[in-house]
Amino acid sequence: METTTLIWLIPLPPVLAFFLIVLFTNKSKALSHTIGVGAAALSFIGSMVVFVRALGAEHLGEHPFESAVNWLPTGDTWFRIGVLIDPLGAAVLFFVAITIFMIFLYSVGYHNYGQPAGDHDRAGLPPHGATVEEHGHKHVVPSVEPMYSRFFAFLGLFAFGMYVLVVSDNLLTMFVGWEIMGLCSYLLIGFWYGKPSARDAAVKAFMTTRIGDVFMLLGIAYLYSATGTLTFREIFTEETLHMLAEHTTFFGMSVSGFIALLLFIGTIGKSAQFPLHVWLPDAMEGPTPVSAMIHAATMVSAGVYAVIRMFPLLTADFNGHELTTTMTIVAFIGAFTALFAATIAVAQNDIKRVLAYSTISQLGYMIAALGIGAYVAAAFHLITHAFFKALLFLGSGSVIHGMEHGVLHTGNHNVDPQDMYNMGGLRKKMPITFWTFLIGGFALSGFPLITAGFWSKDEILADAFGHGHMAVFITLAVAAFLTAFYTMRQITLTFLGEPRTKEAEHAQETPWTMTVPLMVLSFFALTYGWVGIPEHFPLLGGLVPNWFHDFVGHTLHELPEAPEFSWIPLLTSLVVALGGLTLGYFVYRNVQSVSDDKLQIPLLKNKYYFDEIYDFAFVKPAYWFAENVVYKFMDQRVIDGILHIFGPVTDKLGSAIRNYFDLPVINRFFGDGSAEITYWFGGKLRVIQTGRVQQYLMLALVTFIIGVALYFFALS
Amino acid sequence: MVPLSWYLIFAAALFSIGMFGVLSRRNAIAILLGVELMLNAVNINLAAFWRYGNVLHMAGQVFAVIVFAVAAAEVAVGLALVISVYRRRNTVIADEIDLMKW
Repeated sequence: METTTLIWLIPLPPVLAFFLIVLFTNKSKALSHTIGVGAAALSFIGSMVVFVRALGAEHLGEHPFESAVNWLPTGDTWFRIGVLIDPLGAAVLFFVAITIFMIFLYSVGYHNYGQPAGDHDRAGLPPHGATVEEHGHKHVVPSVEPMYSRFFAFLGLFAFGMYVLVVSDNLLTMFVGWEIMGLCSYLLIGFWYGKPSARDAAVKAFMTTRIGDVFMLLGIAYLYSATGTLTFREIFTEETLHMLAEHTTFFGMSVSGFIALLLFIGTIGKSAQFPLHVWLPDAMEGPTPVSAMIHAATMVSAGVYAVIRMFPLLTADFNGHELTTTMTIVAFIGAFTALFAATIAVAQNDIKRVLAYSTISQLGYMIAALGIGAYVAAAFHLITHAFFKALLFLGSGSVIHGMEHGVLHTGNHNVDPQDMYNMGGLRKKMPITFWTFLIGGFALSGFPLITAGFWSKDEILADAFGHGHMAVFITLAVAAFLTAFYTMRQITLTFLGEPRTKEAEHAQETPWTMTVPLMVLSFFALTYGWVGIPEHFPLLGGLVPNWFHDFVGHTLHELPEAPEFSWIPLLTSLVVALGGLTLGYFVYRNVQSVSDDKLQIPLLKNKYYFDEIYDFAFVKPAYWFAENVVYKFMDQRVIDGILHIFGPVTDKLGSAIRNYFDLPVINRFFGDGSAEITYWFGGKLRVIQTGRVQQYLMLALVTFIIGVALYFFALS
Repeated sequence: MVPLSWYLIFAAALFSIGMFGVLSRRNAIAILLGVELMLNAVNINLAAFWRYGNVLHMAGQVFAVIVFAVAAAEVAVGLALVISVYRRRNTVIADEIDLMKW
């Protein structure tokens, strides 16, 4: 098949699966998950074929796989939509396809397929377990999710959105995919809609990302009015970029910089950057951890992907030395978020929330890298991060699943299966989960040489140092230290030491549908870094060509130059990674309960009170405004007042019309009057109807003669 | 050849005689006779105009034939009505047959 045709087809299977499941097969759990996983597998195969062909293509940067059709007539021209796979698209498609396929597979096990239906499970609430009788005694086993099919339908729609976003050749269809994911994120966070917290989190996520999306739409509209096109390869031509960089607009910024800033605000919402980061930790209310992984490993990557896509626009007026206003803002927000989220993660006890803040922090890393112009490093970290963060989220889900097993065994439902202080010693109970989680955690910390995270993070640090952005470099180095620290804290509390609760003692390894994705992802979390080893790296450099830099770098017109090798960033990243890991281990080795934890600082524990601040600054005023201004003033006074005037006025007007027009004129005069006149006339005329033929004829003759006489008189 | 006006004057006289008969006679059969006279006065007109106009144009003659046919049919129906009225009311006097008044 033609490669371009294949690219068109990639997003289709998941959306077909969505409609099939919703319309026809939702009664059958087996059929629904077969369709769902099968569709994901089809898209996966298609994506891999495209990826392999992209690897083999010569000069993919100048001649990407692209195809477009006329879609919307705009006056004399057409708005074209189409697909585009350039080196960046191919690299992103690769990890998107793998992670999405793994999510589908993992969901089968996570939602307890094959287990009996729960004793009193209800749709909209997590399954509570089922009692089965075996060999004469009863025990409780996990029960299957009541809305199993619906979950696969949502996942299918989500996958469609992500694929559309990746293969789009223009901002508009990319935005469509972006919004489809926003919808799915809402649906999946609120999947257990019976829980008030899940409902609130869904609304919060939707509203928060909407703020960013409005600005992004403004940016798209501005871009379209400035250039007349939204197709990437038409915008990123020398002339267009030059034109956009030359003109200035609000606040003395160039047009390109201003548009890039608007689009970046969309990314702030989608990728949960400060100050719109508040939705992502709450999104962990979704089914643990599959939706968590969607929100944290896949969808939020879309935000970073959008900035990477728009990188030529972002840097259109960048001279190579001084950062432009927009780039400074981007770099600042990224670096600040990286550090800020990392400090919060240190004090969180919920295993998923730690990962959620870690995701925010790592996304800040990528944003900061883009802000200082490190294009390849950001793309590299995006992909390695997607692998190891997906691995960590699925691993945490596996841990929670194992802990839930323990909770069902003891029957003590007061134990929170997500609190790390209820765990401990799980390495013996769940060996596969432990080793894969360890790999993911080490990759996140940037454990030297063998993990993917090291290479990508090192490249960002080297880039920041090499181009002299010391503030960014130091912030990111501190964030990297904290990352290693809280990662080791998490591993120590969860897996090392002895079990701290009976539930942890009875935890169990999860089924193969959950462990296989873990193993696949841990393979990539280790090896993917080796495709991007810098050429001048001591000893290892040059052994393997820096394939990633060459491949993805060619997406741009000029191949970005790799930063000069320097020992300082390398030593920094070695020290912070190893130091953080060691410190994390020794501090938490002997911690037995929350009260022993010295870092449970209220400020960090409560996430710098951001939810409270937003509640005070935005939510409360909004409620006040709605209650007092909109409801009590606008609605009750103005709108109702106008309506209350309308009622009596129309009533009066109606009776006036009735009394003074309808009754006398229409009824009396026209209605009754015409009948009376006809009656009176008939009474007068009836005497001439004698029944005598000769009289009639006589009458006719006389009338005729009179008529003729009048005619002649009138003529003369 | 006599001029056309002679024929027309004759036809008008015949028509007036017929009309007078229709209006003044009391016997229904006599009224029908008067009607016949009026119809034939028209026929004279048609024939005369044909003859003094374009002879090849046959419409006048054809029309006269149609008037004959209609007159015959009318008399047949009219006499049948008179007989029917006579059987029921035992009279043929037009003034006494006044069932159609209000």
